[in-house]
Amino acid sequence: MTSTLSTVAYVGATMLFILSLGGLSNPETSRRGNLYGMIGMTIAVLATVLGPQVTKDGYTWIIGAMAVGAALGLYAARFVKMTQMPELVALMHSLVGLAAVLIGYANYIDPAATTHFQGAERTIHQLEIYIGVLIGAITFSGSLIAFGKLSARITGKPVLIPARHWINLAGLLVVIYHGGVFMGAPTVASGMTPLVVMTVVALLFGVHMVMAIGGADMPVVVSMLNSYSGWAAAATGFMLSNDLLIVTGALVGSSGAILSYIMCRAMNRNFISVIAGGFGTEGGKPAAAGAQPAGEVHPINAPETAELLRSAKNVIIVPGYGMAVAQAQHTVFEITKALRERSINVRFGIHPVAGRMPGHMNVLLAEARVPYDIVLEMDEINADFPDTDVAMVIGANDIVNPAAQEDPASPIAGMPVLEVWHAKTVVVMKRSMASGYAGVDNPLFYKDNTRMLSVTPRRCWTRCSSP
Amino acid sequence: MPQLIAVPRETFAGEKRVATVPEVVEKLAKLGFRVAVESGAGDAANFTDEAYRAAGAEVVQDVWPSADIIFKVRAPSTAEVGRMREGQTLISFVWPAQNPELMQQLAARKVTVLAIDSLPRTLSRAQKMDALTSMAGISGYRAVIEAANAFGRFFSGQVTAAGKVPPAKVFVAGAGVAGLAAIGTAASLGAIVRANDTRAEVADQVKSLGGEFVKVDYAEEGSGGGGYAKVMSEGFQKAQREMYARQARDVDIIITTALIPGKPAPKLITADMVRSMRPGSVIVDMAGEQGGNCELTEPGKAVVKHGVTIIGYTDLPSRLAKQSSTLYGTNLFRLAEELCKAKDGVINVNMEDEAIRGLTVIKEGNITWPPPAPKVAPAPPKPAAKPPAPAAKGHGAAGEPASAKATVITFLVAAVLFWFIGANAPAAFIAHFTVFVLACFVGYMVIWNVTPALHTPLMSVTNAISSIIAIGALVQVAPPIADTGDRPATWIIGLAVASIALVAINMFGGFAVTQRMLQMFRK
Repeated sequence: MTSTLSTVAYVGATMLFILSLGGLSNPETSRRGNLYGMIGMTIAVLATVLGPQVTKDGYTWIIGAMAVGAALGLYAARFVKMTQMPELVALMHSLVGLAAVLIGYANYIDPAATTHFQGAERTIHQLEIYIGVLIGAITFSGSLIAFGKLSARITGKPVLIPARHWINLAGLLVVIYHGGVFMGAPTVASGMTPLVVMTVVALLFGVHMVMAIGGADMPVVVSMLNSYSGWAAAATGFMLSNDLLIVTGALVGSSGAILSYIMCRAMNRNFISVIAGGFGTEGGKPAAAGAQPAGEVHPINAPETAELLRSAKNVIIVPGYGMAVAQAQHTVFEITKALRERSINVRFGIHPVAGRMPGHMNVLLAEARVPYDIVLEMDEINADFPDTDVAMVIGANDIVNPAAQEDPASPIAGMPVLEVWHAKTVVVMKRSMASGYAGVDNPLFYKDNTRMLSVTPRRCWTRCSSP
Repeated sequence: MPQLIAVPRETFAGEKRVATVPEVVEKLAKLGFRVAVESGAGDAANFTDEAYRAAGAEVVQDVWPSADIIFKVRAPSTAEVGRMREGQTLISFVWPAQNPELMQQLAARKVTVLAIDSLPRTLSRAQKMDALTSMAGISGYRAVIEAANAFGRFFSGQVTAAGKVPPAKVFVAGAGVAGLAAIGTAASLGAIVRANDTRAEVADQVKSLGGEFVKVDYAEEGSGGGGYAKVMSEGFQKAQREMYARQARDVDIIITTALIPGKPAPKLITADMVRSMRPGSVIVDMAGEQGGNCELTEPGKAVVKHGVTIIGYTDLPSRLAKQSSTLYGTNLFRLAEELCKAKDGVINVNMEDEAIRGLTVIKEGNITWPPPAPKVAPAPPKPAAKPPAPAAKGHGAAGEPASAKATVITFLVAAVLFWFIGANAPAAFIAHFTVFVLACFVGYMVIWNVTPALHTPLMSVTNAISSIIAIGALVQVAPPIADTGDRPATWIIGLAVASIALVAINMFGGFAVTQRMLQMFRK
């Protein structure tokens, strides 16, 4: 395959990737979008392997490495539980980050890749390597920590080191200083020390950054790391003068960044403050303590809930992370089916940041075969709560907290929430009265039209669905 | 000292209701109040003195002298007013607009009066104390039962061995609370139910209860505020009369509930319409107390005219005394809760509270009725009047435009940056840079329109696509260059192969898991 032919193949692959992202914007076209992505990837890999930059000697290595990776990847994809999706995605981001680091090192120690650069070109090339490794390392360690947090191997609470902003700043200075040393290094051997030091600092920075972010902000973090893995690919593309890598990396990077921005807007948070970490620990505490909603909760039991649902005409179910934890999505759908057979209008209201990654709830409900046209977004369904007989809140807390609208002192003030309290009756299913991830008490629980159902969802639904 | 709530026996002729029931007495006691019930007060509603006693109330012969708070159903008679003394609080129906002399008499007694009928009904917080609504619901139900009693046929259509029975056709004029209750009750008995209201917004509520909404062929909106209807224009009334005449010829039962606050009930059903109805038909006129919606109604009585039974009872809730006493008692209990937030058995008539301000028609002898206009407007008359939806999702341009200053600064910074790159970077870099910037924009444009439901698959697919970094490793495994000897080939191959394996996990795993997720999304 000639050089021009492989370039044309790259252009084709780029188009397919763009179509793939575009296809994912709508459930109707999403499967085709994924197919485009696969075809694009196949074309890109084949064009590279068969192209002029790879000789026959490498085929064995490539096929062997691909086979091992493919087997592991397909196995993980086949057997992962849908509730574990966020962890899996975070773990996979770390792989891309690690690969970016390794490729950067390999490129640096390869004299054939560097010797023909002179002057400004050489400096830029060095800088590209440096930045590629930096982003790769942050992505790698940050994703591993995110994986640990999402799979509850590490505490979900923000871990805040005193003077953490100063530590970050010091790290940044170290990175910049060693960058200067690195680019001034005459030989590979002399440049290796600053490169390794920077890698270690970047790894520590990744750990520190994600450790400081609380569980409630995880959707933003996952999406942000997704963006980083794209930037790492783009930096590698600059390093190797490969346009396909640059374009695709930029696509992934910018889409991840936009997604993070959308998430932040859904929480009415500033992107910078999410990244800076420590949500729920700054400022809001004293006010929250002063405004403890005192009141009595009205309990309800499972048979009463069943009766309430059966006599309702309009029901909206608001799921949260608790549903994922309890693996209740199937039971939830069984009862939905039973109610719909009685021609009760059951719909789902999904908050943009419900769960631990963007769109988490939609995936769980889809897994339980809930038709996606009864699963509505917050903006679509919020106006319907006043006409709703029963709003069921399953394992959600902050996303239905009226304090966001009513209490300007609340740490979550101004965050758009699902206005479940406008429904005639709200049934809140929760295992405990503990605060949500934001650490904010929820006055919803004390409202007159709220009933607390304190059993696990599975037990409740089993009792509800029995006639 | 906890205050004493006294519940006297209703003296109005035929009134069977009582202002509290044993169940509610217990709840009142929990708020700290003492409760005294006049002996025999609950008899007509089937609540015995023993039941009250068992619930913790004192049963006494005369409750008036010792009472602090008096719970009643009907407005007090002149004799009852005469028994009140300074400092007492009366909670009952009063109808201050219709009973100005009663208001004067009560004020002269220097008492505080909370008229349950003056509750600001549009406050959602007030709904739990809205006795008008609970009584209207009962009236609507009872109206259908009275109609069924007077009507000679089944409500539901049946095919029996003895022949086919057509379903009864019921027309309900006015779809307020009472009208809606009547629609629901008649529909559940199996009748064909049609309904009309000058407020077009209730059409959906009518349909939701199994009724059919009949429109008047004339464009005018009849929402008057406070959830009531207003007086309509001449043209509308003519069109409405024609529609009623058509319905009268067709249906078996007419139930009218049309009321305009402070005005006599509109005469919807003329004598001619009654004549056009089939013999044996029934009209239940629930507006009897305000003169009736039918010209031939005799308030308080059931009469047969032109072969049509016209029922004008004004005591429909009292005919279901046990039910209406329970609901009314609960409404008053909710009010007591609002009045006694401290649960110490002492009421506090807080005039700052909008609901209580509306209820209080006489405060310590001073007439405070009518209250100042409520601050909150009633439900918007049309859905179109809703506040504008939150800014639609879209490209940046669709949102609020950034301030001019910020835009200028952004452009300046970008210009300096671009100049710097253009002045220093080599040509090859510029080509890559161009591609990079354009790709960022494409990514941005493509992602804005993604539905939130697909965020997870989208992230999963972009993650899979970021495996494109494999290309970087592929070109390093065995590049077409001569081995000059100083190249650490083993190291490079080791690093590259490890990268390929790592990225392959991501590549295959990412696409496979995306596929698995997308398979699950179905209609």
